[in-house]
Amino acid sequence: MTRLKAGGPAIAKQGILVAFIVFMIAFSLMSDRFLSADNIMSVFRQSAIIGVMAIGVTIVVIGGNLDLSVGSMLSFATVLVVDLHDKIGPELAIPVMVLATLCLGAINGFLIGILRLNSLIVTLGMLSAIQGLVLIYSGGQNVDIVDQRGTWFAIFGRGAVFGIATPIIIFGALALIFHVIMTTMPFGRRVHAVGGNPTASVFSGIPRSRVVFMTYLISALCVAIAAIILGSRVMGSQNNVGQGYELQVLAAVILGGTSLLGGSGSILRTVLGVLMLAFIQNGLILMGQPYYTQWLVTWAVIIVAVWLDVAAKRGRLFSPIA
Amino acid sequence: MRHLFQNPVLRWLMRNPIWGFVLIVFIFFSLSSDHFFDARNFQNILVQTSTIGLIALGMTLVMINGNIDLSVGATLALAAAFAVDVQSWAMFATWGNWQILPAVCLALLVGIAMGAINGFIVWKTGVDAFIVTLGAMLGIRGLVFVYTGEQSFYAMNFAYSDFSAFSVGPLPVLALIFLLCVLAVHWLLSRTVHGRNTYAVGGNREAAVNAGIRVGPHMMINFMIIGFLAALSGVLLSTQMGAATPNLGRDYELWVITAVVLGGTKLTGGKGDIIGTLGGVLAIGILRNGMNLMQVPAFYVYVILGSILIAVLFLDKRFNTSTDGGLRL
Repeated sequence: MTRLKAGGPAIAKQGILVAFIVFMIAFSLMSDRFLSADNIMSVFRQSAIIGVMAIGVTIVVIGGNLDLSVGSMLSFATVLVVDLHDKIGPELAIPVMVLATLCLGAINGFLIGILRLNSLIVTLGMLSAIQGLVLIYSGGQNVDIVDQRGTWFAIFGRGAVFGIATPIIIFGALALIFHVIMTTMPFGRRVHAVGGNPTASVFSGIPRSRVVFMTYLISALCVAIAAIILGSRVMGSQNNVGQGYELQVLAAVILGGTSLLGGSGSILRTVLGVLMLAFIQNGLILMGQPYYTQWLVTWAVIIVAVWLDVAAKRGRLFSPIA
Repeated sequence: MRHLFQNPVLRWLMRNPIWGFVLIVFIFFSLSSDHFFDARNFQNILVQTSTIGLIALGMTLVMINGNIDLSVGATLALAAAFAVDVQSWAMFATWGNWQILPAVCLALLVGIAMGAINGFIVWKTGVDAFIVTLGAMLGIRGLVFVYTGEQSFYAMNFAYSDFSAFSVGPLPVLALIFLLCVLAVHWLLSRTVHGRNTYAVGGNREAAVNAGIRVGPHMMINFMIIGFLAALSGVLLSTQMGAATPNLGRDYELWVITAVVLGGTKLTGGKGDIIGTLGGVLAIGILRNGMNLMQVPAFYVYVILGSILIAVLFLDKRFNTSTDGGLRL
């Protein structure tokens, strides 16, 4: 069975969905707590922060670039909003933090979109530089909110609307909004075009620089929103809270089938990737496994998922390279 | 003015701008810090550089191939854990100081095996190395935690933790091992068929296949080399600390890639060399050491390194217009 039908059978194209269902069935057989409404809700809530960031990164990747700076940027935004909360109040802290984070996104966008520098290296440099900024700003100290009960800021991470936790509502709403933007609006088509074939997109009159710039602004905006959820949930922040998030986010995006080559991908499938990683983590813990076994399973799942995807596209299971 | 550019030293610096940068920071810190220009400090810099430097040598090969390896930090931690733990296995209890030998050999073999797994997957599945090694970064870190059970290991044999204190003449033994590896990999890359193939595969994979190079096994060998070097780096780091912690080597992949890119190796493959990479790791080593001596808080080093990385990329784009800076994944 090394030769698959060209284009692949329909089931191979939905590899992530199939894997998702298989995992859900397996876990629900092995743990009777797994499929309870409580558990599912708590998994949704836990995945909201990575999920919101993954939405932004998906759009950047569809545009043909990478963003490794989201982890440091999350540290930056969370420390800023938590620190400013007690100094100038939440109603000012949130807009100031969002603006500052958008500035970082604009720097990324300027260097990558306008100056056309390599996105992997630029965002790697930004990862380091922003981490330094956070440490300089906080003086290496952790920050926290003193009056945790009396502030309305708590609603974003700890509150609930109609019995549904606010992080889930924010995550779901953002996913829907950006899914609609990416699939039905001109901006979405432009991002796909720029990622799929940059040269052709320029010839068809698409402002490539501006589109790439916008994708990084969106990514920064998503990070800022994730920081509001995180800061409000924890009511404090370590200055390296987002360390390593960039690669977890990227893993979820890849698992969702978004091509690192750019030009193809979908927000809803990224949501599926995020949820899948969260359910694997949750299911293994419910089965009594230590938390680090999820990394081993993630390793296998990422490679098999992308392998099936690649195999379906080329019509054969193994690479033709000698 | 024109005859200035005929000067071979200046022309060499034009081709290797990172060494110009190394020279500038070297002179700057020599003038501005009392403790920088000192033989003991140079030994320190070489030892501090060796950890990142060893991995950077392997990363140069892999990146010239047009691949990348994000799993090196985890491989380093796994090898360090093996090197420290295996010594205390009961079966080697009567071996005296010789118990270090099987421990180190096993640690290096584990590194090679991790590289082989990455390389084999890249070869057989055709999935991009970035994705394969991103998965391996998580997975191998998981193996470290499974193996160590979240505990740190301490070397009970003092011969092991004393090893890093030895010197050969003026050179600390860790620096000597690093410099020998620099020479060996430089020779491999510039004087052997494997080295020529490395450039060929990265420059134009299609053409390399047509020229009869077995691209898959070739890439796998380079992944095994970087696995070996990451493991060696882990062993040497654990001799310095006399211990292995499960979180050892976190974020090292980012430092290593920074050093290699500073040294002029292209992410697109086909271009780069060991001399540049040595300059890249020395630049980072001297900057960190010098700023430390001048009592600049470590926080600023992150900002400065990030800015330098982006500045180098910008200057490279400006002055080397012939090369394509695009990402090829």
